[in-house]
Amino acid sequence: MICLDNVSRVFQVGGESVHALDRVNLVVEKGNYLSIMGPSGSGKSTLLNILGLLDRPDEGTYCIDGRDTTALADDQQATIRRYKIGFIFQFFHLVPRLTAADNVGLPLVLAGVDPKERRHRVNEAMDRFGLSSRAGHRPDQLSGGQRQRVAIARAVIMNPTVILADEPTGNLDRTSGDEIIQAIESIREQGMTVIIVTHDPNIGSRAVRAIRMVDGRIVSDSQGQA
Amino acid sequence: MRTTDVIGFCRRAVSGYPLRSGLMLLAMAIGVASVVLLSTLGEGTRRYVANQFSSLGTHLLIVLPGRSETTGGPPPMMGQTPRDLTVQDAMALARSTAVRRVAPIVVGSAPVSVGSRQREITILGSTAELLPIRHLTMAQGRFIPTGEVSRAEAVCVLGYQARKELFGNRSPLGRFVRIGERRFRVIGTLTQKGQSLGTDTSDMAIIPVASATALFNTESLFRILVQARNRDAVSRAKRNVQEIIRDRHDGEDDVTVITQDALLATFDRILKTLTLAVAGIAAISLAVAGILIMNVMLVAISQRTAEIGLLKAVGATHIQVLILFLVESTLLSLLGTAAGLLLSAVGLLVLQQLFPGFPMAVPWWSPAAAAATAVATGTLFGILPARRAARLDPVTALAEK
Repeated sequence: MICLDNVSRVFQVGGESVHALDRVNLVVEKGNYLSIMGPSGSGKSTLLNILGLLDRPDEGTYCIDGRDTTALADDQQATIRRYKIGFIFQFFHLVPRLTAADNVGLPLVLAGVDPKERRHRVNEAMDRFGLSSRAGHRPDQLSGGQRQRVAIARAVIMNPTVILADEPTGNLDRTSGDEIIQAIESIREQGMTVIIVTHDPNIGSRAVRAIRMVDGRIVSDSQGQA
Repeated sequence: MRTTDVIGFCRRAVSGYPLRSGLMLLAMAIGVASVVLLSTLGEGTRRYVANQFSSLGTHLLIVLPGRSETTGGPPPMMGQTPRDLTVQDAMALARSTAVRRVAPIVVGSAPVSVGSRQREITILGSTAELLPIRHLTMAQGRFIPTGEVSRAEAVCVLGYQARKELFGNRSPLGRFVRIGERRFRVIGTLTQKGQSLGTDTSDMAIIPVASATALFNTESLFRILVQARNRDAVSRAKRNVQEIIRDRHDGEDDVTVITQDALLATFDRILKTLTLAVAGIAAISLAVAGILIMNVMLVAISQRTAEIGLLKAVGATHIQVLILFLVESTLLSLLGTAAGLLLSAVGLLVLQQLFPGFPMAVPWWSPAAAAATAVATGTLFGILPARRAARLDPVTALAEK
């Protein structure tokens, strides 16, 4: 479960304070499927960064699974990122010199998981996202859709509780975009919470719960159709 | 994170950017190789000089006429010429128990002719003792006979070069050569031996000392070579030589005694210092290579900012990022060191081909010192970039494209 309480984030831009987040309150239950929409600069990326512990709020508290993260040291936050949070980015962020399989296994490597178990888990994940035949390919030998599927496999490899996706289809064509959305939605079956930031109303409306943000505030919060 | 994984990750980071890594390895390799090669040349020079000294003879003392004063004082009112050293002085030195052999030496230059061939050759007058003192070896025949020093026998021994030029391929034994106005019978020839500190035994003729004093019409010796009984006897021999000469020269200290060991030790010290200095200068190039590593790592970090952001997003701690980049620069310097040692091995082979006579020797400390300096600078200069990488803010890092 994720819980934001009165979270604010202020950036200094040219001597002026900009409220990227303005006293945001948000509770997301485990296993939920949430989309965050809104115009550029509405604070949705900042919100996602704070949810992912990549950024710290200036005010308010953020609890994940009942644990207050606001006061944690950087390295403790890194550990939470490692075990509880999976990221999917618009630009994939694969390491160019590593093979698809090694990219997927990177979080396991950082966590110091035994190579044998690692191989097993990587193979399983590659299989699941239809990447088995691409395991030895480097990112530049993969299509956009394949790259993003590698990134998804990497995001779920540690069995996190939350998957954060930032415009996951923003860099893809329609067909691969649909594939990616299906892949992300399939993650939910494992009971992971999925939070997706998107510009695309079609994707946004597929989520169970849709949030709309403007100027750092949540302006609407509705249950979708799915 | 497992050690093997850290190394594997860094290895791929190194091989993933071949141009950058290659250039850096080259810089490091040149630094390491120059330390090794320059110190090797220095050490080789030291050995060369040492060899030259020992080819002069062992436990050797050289007695020169005239006192080389190192103390000040007013110049003498009247011109004083030092007393000459004579053959009798030389023979008197043999009285000392510390002295094993004595060879008086008279040196001059005279035209030497065989038939119509004539050459101006250095003539060295000495005794039979010269052979063992100077470690000369006979090619043919025998050396100057032992016996009465004052007997001016008309025999001579030719050096390698002298024999070749006067006789060509014919055997000179038993033949006569004309030295100055006298005829000398050739009784032996020397083997070819290198130049030893200015006196080339190859291009000379050796005759009995009495014959030489007669030939050049002088009683004074060029110098006396004295061989001490053993290493420990060298300083006693020196004292005895000075006492004996003082006695014979009316209480005047008018000779200079140089011990070969003292001379050698001085040269040894100078050349060792020189070797270290040269190696130190070469080590500066390693520091430069270290700065290059820092520069390249900083570039790598700005190129791989997004990657660092990702590492942080998937749970890499501050210390993990630090270690990854530190190990990468250490790995680069290790590889550079290996390449440098390889390069210096190749360089040594080439040098040995170019100068086969030079006693090339790698001082034991130089590869070790070069490697240690290289790895230390590589790691040290890797700290700053690694810290910068570890401190990157993940949000801004991920925004980088």
